[in-house]
Amino acid sequence: MRLMKTLAASALALGLATGAQAQEPYKVGFVYVGPVGDLGWSYQHDLGRQAVQDYFGDAVETSYVESVPEGADAERVITQMARSGVDMIFTTSFGYMDATINVAEEFPDVLFEHATGYRLADNVSNYSARFYEGRHVIGLMAGRMTETNTIGYIASFPIPEVIRGINAAYLAAKSVNPDVEFKVVWAFTWFDPGKEAEAANALIDQGADVIMQHTDSPAAMTIAEERGVLAFGQASNMANFGPNAQMTSIMDDWDPYYIARVQAGMDGTWESTATWDGIAAGMVAFAPFNENLPAEVVAEAQAAIDAIAAGTLHPFTGPINRQDGSPWLAEGEVADDATLATMDFYVEGITGDIPQ
Amino acid sequence: MDLSSIDPISLIASLMIAATPILLAGLGELVVEKSGVLNLGVEGMMIIGAIAGFAMAVETENPYLGMLAAMGAGAVLALLFGILTQYLLSNQVATGLALTLFGLGLAALLGHSYTGLKPPAVAKLDIAFLTDIPVLGRILFNHDAVVYFSIFMVVALWWFLNRSRAGLVLRAVGESHDAAHSLGYNVVMIRMGAIMFGGAMAGLGGAYFSLIRVPQWTEGMTAGAGWIALALVVFASWKPGRLLIGAYLFGGISVLEINLQIAGAGISPAYLKMTPYLVTIIVLVIMSSDRRRASLNAPASLGRSFHASH
Repeated sequence: MRLMKTLAASALALGLATGAQAQEPYKVGFVYVGPVGDLGWSYQHDLGRQAVQDYFGDAVETSYVESVPEGADAERVITQMARSGVDMIFTTSFGYMDATINVAEEFPDVLFEHATGYRLADNVSNYSARFYEGRHVIGLMAGRMTETNTIGYIASFPIPEVIRGINAAYLAAKSVNPDVEFKVVWAFTWFDPGKEAEAANALIDQGADVIMQHTDSPAAMTIAEERGVLAFGQASNMANFGPNAQMTSIMDDWDPYYIARVQAGMDGTWESTATWDGIAAGMVAFAPFNENLPAEVVAEAQAAIDAIAAGTLHPFTGPINRQDGSPWLAEGEVADDATLATMDFYVEGITGDIPQ
Repeated sequence: MDLSSIDPISLIASLMIAATPILLAGLGELVVEKSGVLNLGVEGMMIIGAIAGFAMAVETENPYLGMLAAMGAGAVLALLFGILTQYLLSNQVATGLALTLFGLGLAALLGHSYTGLKPPAVAKLDIAFLTDIPVLGRILFNHDAVVYFSIFMVVALWWFLNRSRAGLVLRAVGESHDAAHSLGYNVVMIRMGAIMFGGAMAGLGGAYFSLIRVPQWTEGMTAGAGWIALALVVFASWKPGRLLIGAYLFGGISVLEINLQIAGAGISPAYLKMTPYLVTIIVLVIMSSDRRRASLNAPASLGRSFHASH
């Protein structure tokens, strides 16, 4: 099928080349860490890819490779993609960072976009969303809604993005409910429905009545619904799996960014940039609030969303101490992006250690 | 650390849930390997079982029909493996790996329209007064039927392999297919039967994922359980009883790891996570250190193709 397409395209190109300049489609490749059907992180990136395809039509040709493990395999897949003649590659997981930089050195003419990392090169941009802004909002809701004062948190890997999310949610929950306690499980995977379900069950067994997750499948949401507790979706709207359980979901909207970057690549105006957008730019969005939620909880969450969008509220505003009690932010001080991007510590009040 | 927050009863209950799919798939693979065939496609057959069972359960609103469909689908995929390896004499390792890749892809394709649906619930057995026995009642008598089926199969397979004539023939085929052939047994047919049984059990294990453990369908949801089942068979040195212990050990450690984390025990999850595999390696080392013991356990014709040329 693909061969046929290529043949047809090259035949067409040959035919046109005699007349005007042949209009080769701009080729964009995507590398996903999970299956596109995970209904979470990779699914959302693939929606971005589809948006690019719809927006540009025949002018752009997109392709993707799914379920690519982070590590050595990633470098192989990205190299292969670069060699196949794509013009721009989106590598959509933190663990692809070094692989992306390595391959980018070998292919200086290919443009690379790496999600959620921090390294840059002449032909490598990075981009991420300020998910912690979303975590602040759901933290507020969790703090209001918990009756056992215990919030279960299914974390994936101890990387800055995940730690930042836990801290943001905890600070927000604590601000409305001083007795709140967080129980964190490190699953050491982005996608393993069996394990995520086990973690959710264990958290509920140990008293949690609100589940937050930073893993990609809707397994925890399914369990929350079954056990009659509340939960928040991850990356996409998971209300199907938890019509009663899901309070809302932090949704990643990559469409505008992907379209803008591909446009820049086609126009030749692409530059290596580090993008970190949040609620204000629409990169972080929310699924509709559950109708069963008390109006004042929804109003408070909405007010926080509006304030963050307006720039009047920053989830990391002092006074905040580190877990060991040492001061981090003074009264009224706002965290700078550099510290947030490399955050490797819990804030005061969270129990347990971050695994090394 | 507050270990008292761990409820041993629910811990054991979730341990059994975590162990059941790998136990089922492992039992199937054990029979396959006892007949002298190495099928590395367990993961592929499990995921096919997961989607087939899920689809059938959703369409008919009956989880048990779903499980039957899962067993059928696993067996059909295994049949493909059987034809390739037993009749066309393809390499078993390569064919098994291909079967896993094929299964994962096919399941993703089949499952496209089933994401986001909810399967009918599987009832837990509630045996009037047995379930009401304090502690023991909730540990032993409050599970779904598949958990009991898996334990029943451990006993049944032990009896079949060690006490029945058919089991003896199966083992003979696995130990020396030439000898079994010269005695007049149809090696290929016996192996085909074993392969399909293995596929059916793997399929049921997969359906346990999509119908009970995480009642939903997501691509790749078995997430390596098939490979753990394969490791289990070696760990169990091809004995059903040890397979039960192994499955509960593997399942138990994964559940315990999570519970210890929540309780705040300062043990790195990485250590607990590698424990089952470390134990498997140790078992392998012990087994291979003694030639006599090794030859008693591993089927001698394991992985070798049979062709009746004489």
